Order: sequence, then structure tokens, then C-alpha cells
Amino acid sequence: MLHLILFSVFAVIAVAGALNLLIQRHPISSALSLIVVMGSLAVEYLLLGAEFVAAIQVIIYAGAIMVLFVFVIMLLNAGVEARTKGSKVALILGFPAMLAGGLLVAWVLVRAPNVGSVNVGAMYGPPKAIGWLLFHDFLLPFEVTSVLVLIAILGSVVLASPVRSRFSRPQPEAEPHPAFKVAASGEETISARRSS
Amino acid sequence: MVPLHYYLVLSAILFACGVTGFLIKRNIITIFMSIELMLNAVNLSFVAFAAHWHVLSGQVFVFFVMVVAAAETAVGLAIIIAVYRTRETLNVDQVNLLKL
Repeated sequence: MLHLILFSVFAVIAVAGALNLLIQRHPISSALSLIVVMGSLAVEYLLLGAEFVAAIQVIIYAGAIMVLFVFVIMLLNAGVEARTKGSKVALILGFPAMLAGGLLVAWVLVRAPNVGSVNVGAMYGPPKAIGWLLFHDFLLPFEVTSVLVLIAILGSVVLASPVRSRFSRPQPEAEPHPAFKVAASGEETISARRSS
Repeated sequence: MVPLHYYLVLSAILFACGVTGFLIKRNIITIFMSIELMLNAVNLSFVAFAAHWHVLSGQVFVFFVMVVAAAETAVGLAIIIAVYRTRETLNVDQVNLLKL
């Protein structure tokens, strides 16, 4: 009974945070409500006995990823979201789509055969067992993950570096291409080109 | 004892909120946060099923999802910074060309 109460309280907090993420117009408010969602999800993981997952949820998600988000929001000085014609269309289409998707999932879950209930509080999922599984059965994915993280680090450094790479627009002070010069300088250049 | 349904319904609600945010939000950072919300919702159902069937592989998958989400966030935010440098906007309606 206590577990059910705890589950309900933190489920309500999580859903409220998710809805607040949708309602808020300023990105920093959305980021803070996402932190609320992640914190309450960590409590849900603890209720499910996944203590290791709860710990890395707090450390990685709420600690690292959200700090990165807040950092970028502050770096780019992101203001209140602007409303355009496209955003109104998205607003009109988005909420019925969410309602339809939610109803579909709820229908599938209600129609499903009895899947039973979760035995809460058994503390199933100690870090030792997860570590054993990670370095025996999932050793190859784990190593591939390290390569993925390395590539992500390199990619983000290259993408976010202030040096203009060859992917970005040519600099305005650079010498324009001769074709652009001809098009820009009007009639007499074109006639000169015709005569030549 | 909490029925497994409850966890799955909570996961579905959070996922639907993430999809809605992805559709209705115009700020590219908030869209990114909606993607994170969807990943979190899926993680919750992973953990719920892992606890239900007493198989720890679900929790290991959550670990992998978190690592991929962290890598995705790092690269995605770098792309956002690059886009902001050239366009000076965060509104996705004004970023409608593939080239920078």
C-alpha cells in the first residue's frame, strides 16, 4: 500500500512536470521541469528496486545532460519562444495526435492479458550483478559504446568550434567568386563579357 | 504490489507528452528536451519489465540508452550552437534549408 501511494505521488509529479514542459514558453523553465520529471523517475526506479539505474539517472541525466542543456540555453541567450503560423498549425495538430496516441496505447494496455504486478521493494538490481552482466554478456556493446562516446566527443568539438570549417558559409570579407562579381556589377560588365 | 499496468501507463503518458512537445514546440532546444523525455519514458518501461520478469538485461539496456542519449545530446547541442552561429535563431520554422 505504501508503495502504491509513493508510486502515485511521484507519477503525478512526473506527469505534472512533463505537462509543464509543454506549457512553458521559456526554455529554461522547460529544462527545470524536465529535471523534476527525471528526479521523480529516479524515485520510480528505486521503487522498482533498480538502485543502480536510479543512481545513474540522477548522475547522468539530471547531473550531466541537463547541466549541458542549461549551459547551452545560457550560452545562446535563448528567449521566449516565438509564435508563428507554423506553430499554430502544430498546436492544432499536436494535441489531437497526442490524444490519439495515448488512447491507442491505453487501449492496447487495457486489452492486454493480465501481465501481473511488480513485486516492489525486493531490491532487485544491485550494481554488482549489473556490472557482472555488463562485462560478460554485454562486453562487446559496452566497448562499442566507448567508441561511440569518443566519436561524439570529437564530433561535438568539431561542430561547436568557433573556427569556420568548410561546411559553413564563406566569410563575408572573403574575395567573392568571379561569377558573383559579374552578376553584381550590372549592365556594363555583362555587355563587356558579351563582347569578349 | 503495484500492477505493471500502472508503470506502463505512466510510461505511455510521458512518451505522449514527449511526442506532443516534439510536434508543438518551435524552439529547437525544447524539441531536444522532448526527445529526452521520450527516452526517459522508454527507460521506465524497460526497468518495469526488468523488475517484472527478474531479468537484469533490461537495466543494462537502460544504461546503454543513457549513454547513447548523452552522446546524442552532446552532438545535438553542438549542432544547435553551429546553427545559431550562422542563422542567429533558435526557431525551427526559420531553419528550413539543409545547408548552413
